[in-house]
Amino acid sequence: MRIKEHPILGPLPVAKEVIIIVDGKKIKAYEGEMISTAIVASGIKTFRYTSKKKEPRGIFCAIGRCTDCVMEVNGRPNVRTCVTPVEDNMVINTQEGLGIWENWRGGG
Amino acid sequence: MEYRRSLLEKTNGIITLEKIEKYNGYPSEERFSKGPVPIIECIEEIPCNPCETVCDRHLIKVGKPITNYPRLIDPDGKCTGCTKCITICPGLAIFIVDKTYSENEASIALPYEELPIPVQGEKIVGIDRAGNSVCKGFVQKVLSRKNFDRTHVVTIVIPKEFADDVRYFKRIDE
Amino acid sequence: MKTELAIIGAGPAGLCAAIEAAKNGVDVTLIDENRTAGGQLFKQIHRFFGSEEHLAGIRGFEIGNMMLEDTQKYGVKVLLNTVVWGMFPDLKLGLSNGNMVSVIEARRIIVSTGALENSLSFPGWTLPNIMGAGAAQTMVNVNRVLPGNKVLIIGSGNVGLIVAYQLLQAGAEVIAVVEALPEVRGYQVHASKIVRMGIPIITSHTITRAEGDSCVRKAEIARIDDTFKVLKGSEMILDVDLICIAVGLRPLAELCWMAGMKFDYLPQLGGFVPLHNENMQSSIEGIYVAGDVAGIEEASSAMEEGKLAGIAAGISLGKIVKKQGIEIINKAKEGLRALRLGPYGDYRQESKEKIVHHYYAA
Repeated sequence: MRIKEHPILGPLPVAKEVIIIVDGKKIKAYEGEMISTAIVASGIKTFRYTSKKKEPRGIFCAIGRCTDCVMEVNGRPNVRTCVTPVEDNMVINTQEGLGIWENWRGGG
Repeated sequence: MEYRRSLLEKTNGIITLEKIEKYNGYPSEERFSKGPVPIIECIEEIPCNPCETVCDRHLIKVGKPITNYPRLIDPDGKCTGCTKCITICPGLAIFIVDKTYSENEASIALPYEELPIPVQGEKIVGIDRAGNSVCKGFVQKVLSRKNFDRTHVVTIVIPKEFADDVRYFKRIDE
Repeated sequence: MKTELAIIGAGPAGLCAAIEAAKNGVDVTLIDENRTAGGQLFKQIHRFFGSEEHLAGIRGFEIGNMMLEDTQKYGVKVLLNTVVWGMFPDLKLGLSNGNMVSVIEARRIIVSTGALENSLSFPGWTLPNIMGAGAAQTMVNVNRVLPGNKVLIIGSGNVGLIVAYQLLQAGAEVIAVVEALPEVRGYQVHASKIVRMGIPIITSHTITRAEGDSCVRKAEIARIDDTFKVLKGSEMILDVDLICIAVGLRPLAELCWMAGMKFDYLPQLGGFVPLHNENMQSSIEGIYVAGDVAGIEEASSAMEEGKLAGIAAGISLGKIVKKQGIEIINKAKEGLRALRLGPYGDYRQESKEKIVHHYYAA
C-alpha cells in the first residue's frame, strides 16, 4: 500500500509511471523506485520459494545485504529487488529455489 | 481487539507524575495561577539540550554536562507560550499547560506529527500517560509554522481536574 | 586509479570523514555500493538528540541533505553503485561497478561500512512480512510503502520504539511492542510517547511462534521468567500481518576481516568489533574505522568518529597542520564523550576504552 500523504515526508513526489510484468501480470510502478517497492505496493508478499522445502520468503533487511528478497528479473535469477530499480517492461518472476540460469541471456 | 485491554494492563514504560516531580520539578499551583507553564517530562540522563538552547527567555536549564535533567526556572510566569520548546524536543516530551484558561477548564498544548491534522473546534477525548481515555474536550487551536519543521502544536481544552494527567488525545469517533 | 584517502561507505561516518578531510585539502574518494549516498540517515525522519553542535532537534534526513551538499561544496569524488569487494593490507581496494572491475590504490583508507540488523529465530521466523524493524523503516520512510497494517514489534530498544511511532505515522496499527527483559530498553520518552498513543509495551514476554501462508497472519507471544523459560498458560495469539524484529545490530566488518585486522568481541557494541586507537586507527597502519562498523552506537557518534578519522588521516598524510588538526580532533573527542554520558552512554564509553586498551596491548 503506497503512503500517499505522510505527516513528515509530505505528499508522494510525482514520478513517471512504468509497467512491470510480475508472474505474467502487468503492474504499475514508478520510475526510480526499487522493484520491491512496486511488489509491496501491489500487495504481493512472497518473493521466492526455497529450494528444499519450497517455503515462501520475502523482505528481511531491505538494504541489499541479506538476499532474502531475490527474484528472477529479465531472465536473471538472484536479483536483489530491494536495491534494483524498476525499468519499463521489466519481466519479474517469483524465483523457485536457486532459479533457472538458462533463460538469462547475459549482461548486467 | 479484546486482547488490547489486557495488553495495555501489562504495559511498562510509562513516565509517572512522581518521577516528573522528582527529576524535572512540577510547577506549584501558585505558578499555575500565573499563566501557561511548560511541563518537561524528561526523567532520564540523556545527552540532550535543545530545549535549553531554543527558549528565547532562557527559562529552561540543563547546563553541563548536557545529561542533566532539564528544569523550568520561571517563578514569575515569564513564559509567553511561544511553543518553540514543544516543537524542538526530540522526545516529544514538553507540553504547555494553562490552568488559567477558564474557571473550570485548562488548556494543554502538545506536539502533533500525525495525519489528519485536527481542526479547531473538533471534539476530542483526553488521554493520559498510560493511554487511558479520561475525559472529553475540544481542539482550541492548531499551530502549523514552517519553522516548527512539521511538528504541529495542538492546544486542547479539557476539564481542569485532568490538567496534570492528559498528555494526548483522539477524535471522539476514532 | 589512485587516491589519497579512500572512504568505504557514504553513511554519516563516511560523509563526515570525507567532508573534514576534503575541507583540508585531502584528495578524497568516497565509495558506496548504493545508488545514493547517506547510508541509513535518510530513513531517520525523527529529530536527533544531543547538543547544538550535534545538530540536535534537526531531523536525520535534513542532516543527510546538509552533508550531501557539503560533499559537493568541498569537491569530494563520490563513486556510487560501486562495491568494494576486496581490501588488502597494502591499501589497495578491489572495486566493481556493474560488470566493470577495477583496483584503486589509496594512501589511507577509512572503513565506515555500518551495520546489519540481527534476526531472531522462532518457529515461523522466515515467513514473508517478518522483517527487521530498520527494514520496515526503510520501506515506509524511503520507499513510501506500508508492508502491513497490523504490526507486532519485537524489542523495546530505541529502534523498536522509534519504528513503532513511525509506523503509526505511516498509517499502520501497532498491536504491541514485546520485550524479553523486565524493563523497557530504549529511552523512557520514546516509550511514554507510544504508550500514550495506545501501543502497549509488554515486558518479560517473547514471541514463541508465527503462523501464516504467503505472509505472516498470527503471532503467539508468551511470558518468560528470568531464565528466558516460557511460562505455560501465558500464551496469547495476536492477529498480525507484519512483524518487525528489533533485536540489535552488528558491525558489517567483512572487509576488515579480509584485510587481517585484529578484532575483539564486545556484545555491548554489537559483537565483533575491529580494534582501534583513540584516533580511529585500526591494527593495520593506514586503515581507520569509524561509525557503526567500529561498534554499534548512533548516527551522532558515527558523525563524530568520522570527523576524527578524517582529520587523523589528513594529519598522517601531512595535508593538515598537526596543531590545527589536533584542535579539531579534541573537539570531536569532547563531542563523543558528551554523547557517551549517562545510563545509555556509560557502557559504550567503557567498551570503547576497552577497545583502545586492547589495541595498545595487542
